[in-house]
Amino acid sequence: MKAIRYLLIGFIFGIVLTKSEAVSWYRIYEMFHFQSFHMYGIIMTAILTGFIGIRIIKRANMKDIKGEPIVIADKENASFRYWIGGLIFGLGWALAGACPGPIFILLGAGFWSVTFVLGGALVGTFIYGVLKDKLPH
Amino acid sequence: MEFLSQTWPWYISGFLIGLIMLVLTYFGKKFGMSSNLRSLCSIAGAGKIIPFFNFDWRAQRWNLAVIIGAMIGGFVAVNFMNDPSNVALNPQTIVQLEELGIDRPDGKILPDILFGSEALKYPKMIFILLIGGVLIGFGSRYAGGCTSGHAISGLSNLQIPSLKAVIGFFVGGLLMAHYILPLIF
Repeated sequence: MKAIRYLLIGFIFGIVLTKSEAVSWYRIYEMFHFQSFHMYGIIMTAILTGFIGIRIIKRANMKDIKGEPIVIADKENASFRYWIGGLIFGLGWALAGACPGPIFILLGAGFWSVTFVLGGALVGTFIYGVLKDKLPH
Repeated sequence: MEFLSQTWPWYISGFLIGLIMLVLTYFGKKFGMSSNLRSLCSIAGAGKIIPFFNFDWRAQRWNLAVIIGAMIGGFVAVNFMNDPSNVALNPQTIVQLEELGIDRPDGKILPDILFGSEALKYPKMIFILLIGGVLIGFGSRYAGGCTSGHAISGLSNLQIPSLKAVIGFFVGGLLMAHYILPLIF
C-alpha cells in the first residue's frame, strides 16, 4: 500500500514540527520579534538540506522511485501574486500562529479550537477560487 | 529516550524537514501543505460551482495521507512526548506577552487566552481564529504556496518567485506581530 508510505512521512513531519515547536503560536510570535534564533535555524537548515539534496539530484540526473527522471518545475514567473499573496499569508501566520501544515497537526493533537482556523482557511481558499480571475497576478 | 521529549534542536528539526521534502521529491511528489486546502474544498463539492476547484483531487490523495499522518504525529508528540521544559521562550518575549495579557507557555504549545476552552466563550477570540484562517487560506492560494511550498521547496531550488513570496510572508508577519497584535490584545 502506497498510502502507508505517505502516512509515515506525514507522521514524522507531525512529530518533527511539534517537537521543534514550529507549531507553537508562541514560537511564531518570538520569531517575528527576533527574540530567538530557533525558528530561523529550523527554516534555514531545512532550506540548506533541501538545496544540497536538489543539487545532488540534478547533478546526478537522479530517477524517482518509478525510474522516471526527477523534474522539479520552476515556479510561475510573476510578481504581484507573490508579494501581495505572501503579505496576506504572513498576516494570518502571525495572527493564528500556524501555517497550513501545523493547522492539521494541532487538530490531530486535540486542540479543537484550531477547527476555527481550519474552517477559516477553507473559506479563504474558497474565496480565492471565486475571485481568482478578477485578481491581478 | 528522554531527549525525545525535550525541545528538538533547530539543526535536527530543520534537517529532518529538508529530508522530508527530498523524500517526497524522490517519490515524484511536491512538498506543499496548503494544496490540501484546495483538495478539501473540491471534495466538499466546490468544483460544481467554481472552476478552480474542478480538478482531479484524487491525484492529490497522497498529500491527504501526509496530513492524516501529520495529525497522528501531532497526537503522539503532544500526548506522549511532552515535557514541562518545552516552549522555553526568550524571557523578554514572556514579559512582552504578559504586557499584552497573554498567558506564559509553561510547557504549553498554545496560549489559553486564544486557544483554551475558556477562549471559545468569547466571540472575539473565535473571530481572531477565523480571520487568521481566512488570511492563511486566501494568502497561500494567492501566493501559490505556503511555508512548505515556497520557503522550503522553492528557496532550496533557488526560485525567485518563492523569494518574493517569503519576503511577503515576513513583511505580513512583522506587521501583524508588531503593529496589529498589540491593538487586538
